[in-house]
Amino acid sequence: MKCIVPNGVNTEAHIGWCPGCGHGIVCRLVAEAAQELGIEEKIIMVEDVACGEFAQNVLKYNSVGAAHGRPIITAAGVKRVRPDAVVIAHPGDGSAYSIGMESTIHCALRNENILALVVNNSVFGMTGGQMSPETLPGMKTTSSPAGRDPEKNGNPFDVTKTLAQFDIAYLARGAVDSPANVIKTGKMIKKALQKQLNGEGFCLVEVLSPCPTNWNKTPVDALKFMKEQQEKYFELGEFVDKGGK
Amino acid sequence: MAKIKLSTERCKGCFLCMSVCPKGAISPAGVLGEKGYEIIKVDEEKCIQCGSCFRMCPDYVFEIE
Repeated sequence: MKCIVPNGVNTEAHIGWCPGCGHGIVCRLVAEAAQELGIEEKIIMVEDVACGEFAQNVLKYNSVGAAHGRPIITAAGVKRVRPDAVVIAHPGDGSAYSIGMESTIHCALRNENILALVVNNSVFGMTGGQMSPETLPGMKTTSSPAGRDPEKNGNPFDVTKTLAQFDIAYLARGAVDSPANVIKTGKMIKKALQKQLNGEGFCLVEVLSPCPTNWNKTPVDALKFMKEQQEKYFELGEFVDKGGK
Repeated sequence: MAKIKLSTERCKGCFLCMSVCPKGAISPAGVLGEKGYEIIKVDEEKCIQCGSCFRMCPDYVFEIE
């Protein structure tokens, strides 16, 4: 079996993420899918001002740095002026579901032909681990030191229950907690990119990812936490998979 | 024969590879790498080239040819 780092990944670059962060794996999956589909020249990544921003160093593709919370709406604009490009928005959960919630929902309503690749680590990572809409009940963060209280802060937002009712092309959730789930997530990303090439519409792939630094866990314990708690709450799988228009 | 190639100058010592290796072939090397974290070493006798470490490594340390 050959396991070679794909051409799209610049291994000489400074890989700025913390030890054990899932972003590095997600970038490799994007590069692998692009290489397999032969669309490396056409990709435009739209990065968020957060941990995802380091992907500008790691991936060799063209990229646009969007304001915080606005990568999905910026990606929609990029796609409208460059319809031949393959556009990938790369926000985190705080960006896509809190600050940029309206752009996520309205892009889905308009069925914009882009891929939103949301990396869900259940906290605002870059700003110091504050509570995000995806923080699990009882989970301690810097802005909820006693744990998230659903009575006071509400329940975590589940994108699959909301966007599944819309007329979009693809909605799936993967995880990077084990080699098997990494392979499945890679297939989801490749399928979503193929749908964009076919012009089918809005694709959202959410990837559950560990944030050991802000969860105050070792990277290995963070994977255990994902398996035991995060994946219980956020179900994995494909939720919407519609054919062409 | 397939060979495993390590780029431990990128290793940040998260040990995710160690936790997913089905054969227990990966262990801490006991020395610090270029980034100042404890790096890993691979026992090539035990390695079956399954690629689990390649899939889980966030820093692109492993390559199997």
